[in-house]
Amino acid sequence: MAEIASEPTVSRAEFIAHVRRLLPEDALIHDEAELRAYECDGLSAFRELPWAVALPRSEEEVVALLQTCHRLRVPVVPRGAGTGLSGGALPHPQGLVLSLARLNRILALDPFARTATVQPGVRNLAISEAAAPHGLYYAPDPSSQIACTLGGNVAENSGGVHCLKYGLTVHNVLRVRGYTAAGEPVVFGSLAPDAPGYDLLALAIGSEGMLAVVTEITVKLLPRPQTARCILAAFDSVRAAGEAVAAIIAEGIIPAGLEMMDQGATIAAEDFVHAGYPLEAAAVLLCESDGTPEEVEEEIARMGAVLERCGATEWRVSRDEEERLRFWAGRKAAFPAAGRVSPDYYCMDGTIPRKALGEMLEAIAEMEREYGLRCLNVFHAGDGNLHPLILFDANQPGEWERAEAFGADILELSVRLGGTVTGEHGVGMEKINQMCVQFSPVELEAFFQVKAAFDPAGILNPGKAIPTLHRCAEYGRMRVSRGKLPFAELPRF
Amino acid sequence: MNAIVDRLREQVLAARGRRRLEIRGGGSKSWYGAPDPEAEPLDVGMLYGIIRYEPSELVLTAYGGTPLAEVEALLAQHRQWLPFSPPHFAASATIGGAVASGLSGPTRWGHGALRDYVLGVRVLDGQGRVLRFGGEVMKNVAGYDVSRLFAGSLGTLGVILEVSLKVLPLPPASCTLRFACSQDEAIERFNRWAGQPLPLSASLWWQGQATLRLAGARAAVDAAAARLGGEALPEEAAQRFWEDVREQRLSAWTLQEGEVLWRLALPPTTPAWADAEDALVEWGGGVRWLRRPAADDRWFERARAVGGHAMRWRGARAGERVFAPRGAAERAIEARLKAAFDPDGVFARRLPLE
Repeated sequence: MAEIASEPTVSRAEFIAHVRRLLPEDALIHDEAELRAYECDGLSAFRELPWAVALPRSEEEVVALLQTCHRLRVPVVPRGAGTGLSGGALPHPQGLVLSLARLNRILALDPFARTATVQPGVRNLAISEAAAPHGLYYAPDPSSQIACTLGGNVAENSGGVHCLKYGLTVHNVLRVRGYTAAGEPVVFGSLAPDAPGYDLLALAIGSEGMLAVVTEITVKLLPRPQTARCILAAFDSVRAAGEAVAAIIAEGIIPAGLEMMDQGATIAAEDFVHAGYPLEAAAVLLCESDGTPEEVEEEIARMGAVLERCGATEWRVSRDEEERLRFWAGRKAAFPAAGRVSPDYYCMDGTIPRKALGEMLEAIAEMEREYGLRCLNVFHAGDGNLHPLILFDANQPGEWERAEAFGADILELSVRLGGTVTGEHGVGMEKINQMCVQFSPVELEAFFQVKAAFDPAGILNPGKAIPTLHRCAEYGRMRVSRGKLPFAELPRF
Repeated sequence: MNAIVDRLREQVLAARGRRRLEIRGGGSKSWYGAPDPEAEPLDVGMLYGIIRYEPSELVLTAYGGTPLAEVEALLAQHRQWLPFSPPHFAASATIGGAVASGLSGPTRWGHGALRDYVLGVRVLDGQGRVLRFGGEVMKNVAGYDVSRLFAGSLGTLGVILEVSLKVLPLPPASCTLRFACSQDEAIERFNRWAGQPLPLSASLWWQGQATLRLAGARAAVDAAAARLGGEALPEEAAQRFWEDVREQRLSAWTLQEGEVLWRLALPPTTPAWADAEDALVEWGGGVRWLRRPAADDRWFERARAVGGHAMRWRGARAGERVFAPRGAAERAIEARLKAAFDPDGVFARRLPLE
């Protein structure tokens, strides 16, 4: 099965005339200068101007837009805050960007049932803020949580630094309500456990806006832990730090957060936020414990003993909330810190079995030499999700291409080590070629069939996430012939 | 193992357009779901063995026909567990059957459902395709989450050849408390406690008694037990009790001739119904079990009206509805998914698409 290519049956001008009848003047953007604001998401390397951007304020407007686009076969690219890192919200050049940012109301918050029902444009952090007076919060905390929306979190199955213990979006959403590409109403999941039928909710979450448009999301709220403390530990090798991570888990502890930074990332972060990180360490671990004061004290003592046994050169426990936040400030600022030491950086998102960490980091060090580019490594060590930040200068001819090839090598190695090309940022446009490495032609065919089960006309975010077999064949040829490109022989693993 | 997969593929391909096959691991849950008396068994018990398990990776991968008891015993040796406490219903239960049925036990309340722990599957679908989805890592958003689609699909999409599950360390301490109270009081307390930072694991109310299981760090369990009060059960008796609950051995689940056992999944805060005083309540109010004469069939509508869904768990007569109906658009999507993986309808109709 090939991908269904959606060809509009109308011209851009005709389409805009149609859409104008559905929306107030201020809810439609079609002027080129204003469209520029929507030409990319958080991955600015890919840009495209859409025909138009719609900013509906009501579900009725969403339905009318979907029905019209479906009838005219105009591709629809849903968009939240545009903070995605894989080009999932990259516009279609003959399509409509459907911004759900104005559907931004918290519809209900039930502290007794521990649920919140929100529109897709509600920001991630706004839910926890609204729930805070009840001692509750929404657990997934992607680093963009101040800005990113729940609709986008559902589309990407967003994680965060606490997801080893508290799960991803898919573990924290009970039900979504929305519309198919044709504008038919659908409900996936339930407020009661284990909805009957196939688990369409699991398919919808992480589907990168390709299966349905979600207009209402009900999430679980959790009791806020009474207290949290964090250990900052230093190691003189990345391998020793990796072994300490495995040892903590082997001890039967699931820390609330377990993060690693290599020396490059530590220095860049320290220089930026002055968190008090040890600069001579080859790797720094952050291990957080949360719960009741008794529980945290017990767990911190156990983790400390493990870290000591595993050869931590120093470790200290946050004495108060201020210090805990300072420990985290450096980790959370790792991306902007990379932006300070380099004109541009390219963030990768592979996940690997934790035991392969040493091998991966050694391979990355080798790639740094091969490509002549530096790479800082931050790592959600608890769940094996690696975020190498490849530093480059887009103004230097060829550097972006080298960074992109460097990134592709990391992702393909992630697959060979038994992992995946994307842990939490999504495939989008960015990693579509690497999907050819992770999945066989029949598996890609099955993905297209899943897509067609929800969207037979293929108008929702077409061309993203799942590569066509044709594309994979082209990519295979390109990778093989890469020896001709200016950046020399590539390591093969 | 490849030879076994090849033989299964031949059986599936040979059945296309001729007969329907009921995938059978240990046969422990063959009564579950809608019956399909015409289907012939497709035995997958020879898909046997644990493929990979490294405790510090928190992942276990096994062939679908591996006995559930064997998986749990291996995990217990390393002080780990399947936190969703899957029911066995017979010693022959397999890990593939557990995933295909999608059923979770009493600890679902505190630790999550089976589908929350599915990381990846390798399947043989109705077209004879061998497909791998997901993987062995905790975070993975490459492609649609098809592995979770197979959880609870009741063997209607394909044979689960292999499955990878997230596993967790066993909580170091646990404690079971008992309180005398009404059903309404129990539902109120369970929900109130769930909004507090307590190490909750399982909950049940039946015949005027609420039973609560706490599990977590020693200090947290002790502090919670001291705060909540109630009567603590001796640990051995508590373990036996929760195993009886997981295996549905209490008399609330034992059907008399001419009765139906209803499983009412409801938003957990739904107050007790006056005509359901005899219910057994699990999952903090999220599930209520009722035995009723076969003729009494208002429960689909009653559950739907409060945002839940009913099921004839046991005792459905031929032709009677087993699962709650779904909406028209959802049904159309389900039918197209079924057609994608099993276009010829080779696999038994355990989960009717209507």
